[in-house]
Amino acid sequence: MTEQALQGPQLYGVIAEYVTPDALVDACKKARAAGYKRMDAYTPYPLEEAAEAIGFEKTRVPLLTLCGGILGGLSGYGLQYWVHVLAYPLNVGGRPLNSWPSFIIITFEMTILFAGITAVVGMLMLNGLPQPYHPVFNHPRFFAASRDRFFLCIEATDEKFDVTEATRFLQATDAVDVAEVAD
Amino acid sequence: MEQAPETKASTTLERLLPGQSPVLTPGHTLETITDKIVSIVLRRPVTLGWLGGFAFFFGLLNLLMFAVAYLFFRGTGIWGINIPVGWGFAIVNFVWWVGIGHAGTLISAILLLLKQGWRNSINRFAEAMTLFAVACAGVFPLIHTGRPWLAYWLFPYPNTMGVWPQFRSPLLWDVFAVSTYATISALFWYVGLIPDLATFRDSAKNPVAKVIYGLLAMGWRGSARHWKRYESAYLLLAGLATPLVLSVHTVVSFDFAISIIPGWHTTVFPPYFVAGAIYSGFAMVLVLAIPIRRFYGVQDMMTLRHLDNAAKVMLGTGLIVAYGYTMEAFYAYYSGNAYELFMFKNRALGPMAWSYWCLILFNILIPQVLWIRKVRMNPGMLFGTSLVILFGMWLERFVIVVTSLHRDFLPSSWGMYVATRWDYAVFAGTLGLFFSAMFLFIRLMPMITIFEMRTLLPQSKLSEEVAAHD
Repeated sequence: MTEQALQGPQLYGVIAEYVTPDALVDACKKARAAGYKRMDAYTPYPLEEAAEAIGFEKTRVPLLTLCGGILGGLSGYGLQYWVHVLAYPLNVGGRPLNSWPSFIIITFEMTILFAGITAVVGMLMLNGLPQPYHPVFNHPRFFAASRDRFFLCIEATDEKFDVTEATRFLQATDAVDVAEVAD
Repeated sequence: MEQAPETKASTTLERLLPGQSPVLTPGHTLETITDKIVSIVLRRPVTLGWLGGFAFFFGLLNLLMFAVAYLFFRGTGIWGINIPVGWGFAIVNFVWWVGIGHAGTLISAILLLLKQGWRNSINRFAEAMTLFAVACAGVFPLIHTGRPWLAYWLFPYPNTMGVWPQFRSPLLWDVFAVSTYATISALFWYVGLIPDLATFRDSAKNPVAKVIYGLLAMGWRGSARHWKRYESAYLLLAGLATPLVLSVHTVVSFDFAISIIPGWHTTVFPPYFVAGAIYSGFAMVLVLAIPIRRFYGVQDMMTLRHLDNAAKVMLGTGLIVAYGYTMEAFYAYYSGNAYELFMFKNRALGPMAWSYWCLILFNILIPQVLWIRKVRMNPGMLFGTSLVILFGMWLERFVIVVTSLHRDFLPSSWGMYVATRWDYAVFAGTLGLFFSAMFLFIRLMPMITIFEMRTLLPQSKLSEEVAAHD
């Protein structure tokens, strides 16, 4: 790769490839200890330790889901109350207009429905998906991330980022391959 | 199977029951698992067997289209239903199909929460089974309404008539329960597919397939941050689907139990319906899994252990169902209610007695062979037993719907029920819908969850020194 390509603004980061999850998590921990903050690990299956090692420990998905569920429950009950007490009061067999025991089931179903949709949509939105383009796919070996290999990418936007140093740092880990990724 | 002593047991079950056959035959690596599952869809040509099977069920699907078109043209009079038996096959089939779907959710959600790693290879197609079974179930209440083009009246929407649905009615609860169930099942299935679709995108050689799988994968790249949110959302969905699946068949049983018809008005209905649903659902899982593992050579991923476990679940839920039948008889006697007592006598000795005794035979007596380990380990015999159970569970709903309705209170309003050829055509047609969808699914989507299979590998776990670094 030419000198210009390495230093131009088109660089997304430096990516290293690993064969085992151990090597990846170890490299993530070292990178974090070395002061890198803007980096991401790529794995073929969920590896919680990798997320922790790059300093990502809390997601807001559960909180969003809880809010969705509460909203769903309230709107489920609210709908039935509004229909049977306010909009269209109808005496059926002398039961009270607000016959709450009969309203429990739909309230429950709406809670689940809203919470489930919020969990999925929230997860996708926080992840920034759907995303038609991402620079990391420019790496010719990246197809292996959905197969059997593990990747760690230190991104160029990191304050501490320097191509030569990042490359040297990643080469010192257990990486089998280190390369620059164009933006 | 022999495992090196230092290899970590990959599931709770393995730790509890050492020495059982494994959930994944040893020798696999991340690479071989991926290649094996990907090749079923992307590398293998369409076989004559697949084409023949698909053509047969697609023919049945066309029978459904024809039967439904004629139904819309002539009305529900072409069916055997009339007063007093107004429900007939439509509701029998509806309950049967919804019940079959339940095993898929049980496998994907409840077994996930219970950390049953063996579920990983069967959950994907079990979820697909749920989705297609719910689709088949959804057909029946719609076409049974008589004027299906007005079925949207079931939903609460502001309208110029100024009227609203009756939320105190179990039939409306059913609308909400089943539509929520269909939505959550579809979401659960799709979310589970995303990482595997990315694998397909990266492995596909055909550019069109690459683009389609790429669009469906939404740009998934396996980022550690994404995985973390993904796992969290997936676990939450499982937690939400667990009470949901129990509620759905409970609500279906309320359609019966909330009414005052003899034989329906009992408190045992919800638990016994849920158990029956899982019973028939696992039977369908086996009916699908046994040919699939044979024809696609995935016996190393769907092992005898899976068949054994599924058979044990059937045995357990089958006994709960047997308890339900016993309790129905006991209620009839103990209630002291003349109509309840007559209902039971009529079931066992009346003109429909054949259906009751077939039900006892198929659902309670024959499945007791599952106590024998040799039967549980023999795919052929399991397949046969599962078919018997599926038929038995269909008969159960037939007995409940028809024998209770055809002779209820006043002898002057008793009647008989005989299904017509159109009843059978619609039922066979939904079998066509279900199996043609399954055939397409197997050829187009990863039928085994690739990324979850990877986590079953001992080498996918961190070594203790790295894990304990913090």
